[in-house]
Amino acid sequence: MMPRLKQMNPVFLVLILLFAAIAILSPYFLQPAGYMNFLKRAAPIAILAVGQLYVINSGGFDLSAGALVTLTVIGSSILLDGDASATWWVIIVMLGAGVIVGVANALVVSWLKVPSIIATLGMMITLSGIALTWSGGAPRGYLPENFRFFGRYLIKDLPLIKILPVAVIVMVVVCAAMWWLMHRTNYGKRLVAMGDNPKAAMLAGVPLTETRIVAFVMSSVSAVIAGILLGGFAGVSTDVGVGLELQAITAAVIGGAQLLGGRGTVGATIAGALVLQAMFTLLNILGFPKPVRDVVQGLILISAVVIAGYRRRRSGG
Amino acid sequence: MINKFTATALTTLALALPAQAQNFDDPVEFAKQKDMLGAAANGDASTPWLQHYGDVMADTSGFKKDGPHTICFSNAGVNNPWRVVGWNTMQAEVEQHDSIAEFVVTDAEGSDDKQIADIEDLLAGGTCDALIVSPNTTAALTPAVEMACEQLPVIVFDRGVNTDCPVTFIKPVGGYGFGIQSGEFIAANAPEGSDVLMLRILPGVDVLETRYSAAKRILDEAGLNIVGAEFTDGDRAKTKAIVEDYIQRGNQLGAVWMDAGATSVAAIEAFEDMGLDVPIVTGEDQQDFLQKWQEIGMNTIAPTYPTYQWRTPILAALKILDGEAIPGPEWNLPQPAITNDNLADFVNPAMPPLHYAACGCDEMPGYPERWGGK
Amino acid sequence: MKVPKPKNMTALAPFLLLLAAVVIYVGVAIATGQTQYLTAENLLGLLGRSIALGITAIGQTFAILIASIDLSVANLISVSAVLASSIMSGDPSMMLPAVAAVLAVGVVVGLINGLVITQFEVNPLIATLGMALILQGLLSATFNNFAGEVPEAFQVFAYGQVGGISISLIFLIGLTIAAWVFLRFTKPGSNIYSVGGNPDAAKLAGMRTTRVVIMAHVICSVCATIAGLYLASRLRSGAPWIGRDGVYDLESIAVVVIGGTALSGGRGGVWGTLMGVMIFSLIDSIFNIAGVDAFAKQILRGVIIVAAVAVYAMRSRRIEA
Repeated sequence: MMPRLKQMNPVFLVLILLFAAIAILSPYFLQPAGYMNFLKRAAPIAILAVGQLYVINSGGFDLSAGALVTLTVIGSSILLDGDASATWWVIIVMLGAGVIVGVANALVVSWLKVPSIIATLGMMITLSGIALTWSGGAPRGYLPENFRFFGRYLIKDLPLIKILPVAVIVMVVVCAAMWWLMHRTNYGKRLVAMGDNPKAAMLAGVPLTETRIVAFVMSSVSAVIAGILLGGFAGVSTDVGVGLELQAITAAVIGGAQLLGGRGTVGATIAGALVLQAMFTLLNILGFPKPVRDVVQGLILISAVVIAGYRRRRSGG
Repeated sequence: MINKFTATALTTLALALPAQAQNFDDPVEFAKQKDMLGAAANGDASTPWLQHYGDVMADTSGFKKDGPHTICFSNAGVNNPWRVVGWNTMQAEVEQHDSIAEFVVTDAEGSDDKQIADIEDLLAGGTCDALIVSPNTTAALTPAVEMACEQLPVIVFDRGVNTDCPVTFIKPVGGYGFGIQSGEFIAANAPEGSDVLMLRILPGVDVLETRYSAAKRILDEAGLNIVGAEFTDGDRAKTKAIVEDYIQRGNQLGAVWMDAGATSVAAIEAFEDMGLDVPIVTGEDQQDFLQKWQEIGMNTIAPTYPTYQWRTPILAALKILDGEAIPGPEWNLPQPAITNDNLADFVNPAMPPLHYAACGCDEMPGYPERWGGK
Repeated sequence: MKVPKPKNMTALAPFLLLLAAVVIYVGVAIATGQTQYLTAENLLGLLGRSIALGITAIGQTFAILIASIDLSVANLISVSAVLASSIMSGDPSMMLPAVAAVLAVGVVVGLINGLVITQFEVNPLIATLGMALILQGLLSATFNNFAGEVPEAFQVFAYGQVGGISISLIFLIGLTIAAWVFLRFTKPGSNIYSVGGNPDAAKLAGMRTTRVVIMAHVICSVCATIAGLYLASRLRSGAPWIGRDGVYDLESIAVVVIGGTALSGGRGGVWGTLMGVMIFSLIDSIFNIAGVDAFAKQILRGVIIVAAVAVYAMRSRRIEA
């Protein structure tokens, strides 16, 4: 039992402690309305973080995810303009745009040999330029209710848990699929091999370009899904995605993912996203203003990496 | 490790030095704007963008010049929907005047540093007959505007500068007026002693700071309990999350005061989604807010910071170059508030959600398509 | 041990890019009939648009040369500007103490960045991102507006001129020359190239790589605080958002990379960076003259950054192959 406990990723312990603190301070979070609302708010960042994990495990970064979230919200609103019958094809178009962005990022990295941080930085600037040009700088159109369903609505009168936000269902389904691809398929093994040592992986027959394309596409598609949830949650605004890419990277790092190629797991990354959200919730309950949240985010980010490095050296890995 | 902690302590200590803020809570200006709200403006009420309060005029005979003219405009940015609507309105105004041969525009993309460089560029270009400036921030743009004043007639509008060298400074009644209108409504209509949450876009912009200080002064005097003042960055998701947070903390919100209306609907939704009655949530003349207000039958108010003020600088520039006297050094335009009584006049579902109804653009060429309507 | 020196090729490529930008600039000015933009004064003014970016980028070059990166510069610029103007509060006698305090903050922040990266082996991106968040939080907890005011004597830094050339421009060029001399002709300078090019070999050669990394980060942070002083002088006061609004973190990285310094470290130099800054200024001016809409500008800017870096990546691969 003891060795197993030692091997356990500390992020889960931190999450339990944080949630215990929240529950003691505000019993509201022990009620379904409380913890379901918590999960609903964490859903977009959890999905983004798992998408980001694919790219991190491949040895890169995706800084364009936040801008893609904004583009999804603004683009959907313009294309839909309140027309509920168009929701499904607009969602398909947006997911398609996500695939294109992911493929473009991967090809710039693979073919043009541009470091992913610069490639996706360029993509980030380009995408926000497209969003601004397309909208003329101010949101246009409306998101119909059936589009907002995913991010906003609660299924009520359920037994046991009483209410269930649709966003939480989306999070569970998307994260389960991404968990399966990462941890139960050959693809996941190839991805980790590539992140560990691309040259060795190539010699072992891992198709680097294809592997990278899938990783970036997973990140972009997760950004589109997060955008659909965020647009649903609160409606259209022009800077909904600003800074989300850094939060996603932070969540993955808190979960123990190693930058520039690593072995981060989907479960720990989701836990990392929940830790981040729980930390913000806790600070809010304690009445701390936003600046303090920035400082805390900075401190836990660095400490998470320090602790992970310490654990790796101790275990000799 | 010691190093790290000493360093952090030092930085904290250094940062804790007393900050000297500009005075955004000026009782004299507050009283002045309060009087203006109660007074009648000079001029034709059907063209409010040409109306003004008081009768102090600026002599411009020294600037008289034969046309056609090159008008230059240094814009702080089109980085929010209010500025987008205003910018479209200004361009439509320019097209109506054959005496404007060229309209040269620079966009500072919200950076003080870039706007200073832009103004230097425009002056170096040497072709401008008049310069219109919409400053990004008040203090930072003052030296550049002073430099421009030495070369040509300057018109400043929307946000001000700390100098009276421009021929005129065009703005509506002002930020205090906005805060007075919404503050007084909450003071009169919110349950006595109830909690009020104040939501602000961002700090440091004079027209937003003064809205806040005026409203806070009134709410405090009315004995309401201000539970917090938070910055939303104008983002709806953040706004909704903040309002939810305050409700979860157990506050009994009798009103949410907003310094701008772009995120009012998100604040309303926070109450709706938690199954609560929607209290007073103030807004502005954005279509989505006005429509929501009409739909759920709220009791609230929408002060405006009318975008028709983007027409005035162009008209003022042409008058200056004709040598015609204009209101100055300050030109205050009327600043109407939307209430339950006149709400129906402003609602127009054909316009985009963040179209500002008080644009004075309904009769301009290209309406409504130019403003994104259908 | 052989110290790798910046190759001639590395300086040539950014020069060619710069030349292309100048040709386009002149072409656009002539094509649109705005030849008034082609005076010597105006061309000199081009670099004057981007003094703050230039100073920051010179510092960022040091971080990138050792294969590190600094994302905290934007917020450090804000800290520096706000701190300087609130210590000065319009009093000329407080100028020296303010400058000293601000530079000290720069040294401390650089030390922390360097120590976290070397002692705790934290990835530089994360370490400096964490620092950025911490500075951001401290700033917005303390200031929410323009704070203090710089005395007129201090505004000479941004607005003063000597013989028709602005002092700030002379300062930027002087700083570049100093940085170049340091990198090219001193032992610590060549250590930076060794550690950036191959840290393991440098370590085996008995070099104290930790010190070199920390030194590079201190230089980077101090440059950022100088940029903050410049902005305080130019804007007459410091505000807690000026660093972020200028996007100096990402822009400084972009110009360094466009200037031919490799993100993997060990190759490049400050002249390339200065050319990168000029290329950015030119692009801005070209867009202004041609009247390109601000949003479309952004799309082009993104594409240009990627394209420029792709050119280097392709070129260096060909040389190696």
